[in-house]
Amino acid sequence: MIDIEGVSYRIGGQDILRDVSLQMGPGGVIALVGPNGAGKSTLLSLIARLNALQSGRITVNGLPVGQVADDRLARELAILPQDLTVTIRLTVRDLVGFGRYPYHKGRPSEADDALVTQALGNFDLQDLADRVLETLSGGQRQRAFVAMAYAQDTAYLLLDEPLNNLDIAASRALMARLRALAIEKGRTVVIVLHDINYAAAYADRIIALKGGMVIADGAPKQIVTEGLLRDVFETDAKVFRVDDRSVVLV
Amino acid sequence: MRDRIAILGLVLLAACAAYLSIGARGDWGFVLAFRGQKLAGLLLVALAMSWATLVFQTITANRILTPSIMGFDALYLLLLSALVWGLGAQTYRAMPAQGLMAANVFLLCGAALALFGALLRSGRDDLMRLILTGVVLSVLFRSVTAYLQRVIDPNEYAVIQAASFARFSAIEVDVLGLSVVLTLLACGALWHIRHRLDVLALGPLLSTSLGEAPARGQWHVLILVSVLVSVSTALVGPVTFFGLLVTSLTYQVMNAPRHALLLPTAALIGGIILVGGQTVMERLLGLATPLSVVVEFLGGLVFLALLLRRQR
Ligand SMILES: Nc1ncnc2c1ncn2[C@@H]1O[C@H](COP(=O)(O)OP(=O)(O)OP(=O)(O)O)[C@@H](O)[C@H]1O
Ligand SMILES: [Mg+2]
Repeated sequence: MIDIEGVSYRIGGQDILRDVSLQMGPGGVIALVGPNGAGKSTLLSLIARLNALQSGRITVNGLPVGQVADDRLARELAILPQDLTVTIRLTVRDLVGFGRYPYHKGRPSEADDALVTQALGNFDLQDLADRVLETLSGGQRQRAFVAMAYAQDTAYLLLDEPLNNLDIAASRALMARLRALAIEKGRTVVIVLHDINYAAAYADRIIALKGGMVIADGAPKQIVTEGLLRDVFETDAKVFRVDDRSVVLV
Repeated sequence: MRDRIAILGLVLLAACAAYLSIGARGDWGFVLAFRGQKLAGLLLVALAMSWATLVFQTITANRILTPSIMGFDALYLLLLSALVWGLGAQTYRAMPAQGLMAANVFLLCGAALALFGALLRSGRDDLMRLILTGVVLSVLFRSVTAYLQRVIDPNEYAVIQAASFARFSAIEVDVLGLSVVLTLLACGALWHIRHRLDVLALGPLLSTSLGEAPARGQWHVLILVSVLVSVSTALVGPVTFFGLLVTSLTYQVMNAPRHALLLPTAALIGGIILVGGQTVMERLLGLATPLSVVVEFLGGLVFLALLLRRQR
């Protein structure tokens, strides 16, 4: 379980997160939604110790973030940050291979190589495996980064807007793969989404963040309403029910 | 990839053989001993500068900045001048060259950590700001050095002046022994963490999420870089763009993101440039143009090319 207790975060005197307390998992796909600047990425970066906690406490599977050794946490939790760039020349296979580093520390075994090949296959990257990242399209590169986080093979997977740049087929395939991970392997997937329809279709639970506070939390059926869209996003979109699922008419 | 390293190794061997043998007359034992010492110095500088630059670029996750561009060697000369100035003429003359160098290495490690550690953490996202800061710092260090050199005794001035210019043909052989020890220790430590360096090169976000927090690695690497820059500056003076020339060639030759391959490649390329270049300049062209001028010119062009390519 990811246990967040009373986490606040300030940058330059401005409140980014205000006293957030949440429990996520174990197991399931949890969508984090909210307007731009709500603090979604900040929350993920705190869970994944990319930024240091200022107040409050976060544990992942009982491991206190910020105190537990970095490599120990890397075997428990993987993150795909928003807007990743890599300055060095890397092939897709190199990049995905780094996902295994927390286990082999530079000396990959055959099992590690097999897992990398499997991750490449799962995200439809076999044909691109030997291409250099900077020669790929935005969506292809995004898939490669997702595959790297996937190869890390951790109980907790945090993905910040992984659908960026993905076409509809790749988006649906990725969401289906994440659902399968949650159901078959009991993994916990926390995913930042902007398209509420994807959240409603694939997530078990939606958490809405606004102004650094959790303002709605629950199953998609209860959460995705016209009222929520007004409160959280300040937009007047209609919501219909199709096949027992809430659909936002954009 | 490994055969490329083997080829580079053979080229370097040939360059070393040419350096030792071309134009040698008279007593071979004497010639080899004399030239061998200078060759060792050149190889040591090549190793120190190429590894220092490569790993510095790794921990800053960029391919343009180098320790020299950030002002490491200017800082070394400033500390040297300050030491001479502070100690005074008599004490300085009495101190052995090796002791002076050891003190300087120690000072540079501390100063570099205090200065660049904070700088790299706070400004690493803004490359242009880092480069500008480096340029400003270098100029500042050089002017303070120049000032110190002016206010001290003219006799001491001569000593420091010799250290203030790049010179591959006149290596300070009296600090060679200590240099060998320091370089081997620092390079051994870098080789030991070569796999961690692979991850650090991915940048702070990815390396943290893979369990290698950059802050820890940066600390170690900055110390080792300071040691290597000190050795190189003590032996041949400041060379601004040599490291950049070596690393940009290295990334061309070796496309793998693995320091187990990058480090040997950089060392070999650095050796080929220095020993090969010095052979051509010293033996064939009769020292008409100093090698440092050629290396700085080429390295400077590479620096400009890299900067302009980034702008586009
Ligand atoms: N380094 C920073 N300096 C100042 N403010 C920052 C910094 N990083 C984030 N912020 C501010 O913190 C707030 C939350 O940012 P965050 O990136 O967490 O939002 P988000 O919910 O992920 O938004 P988006 O949907 O646009 O990705 C924003 O108002 C942002 O301007
Ligand atoms: Mg965000």
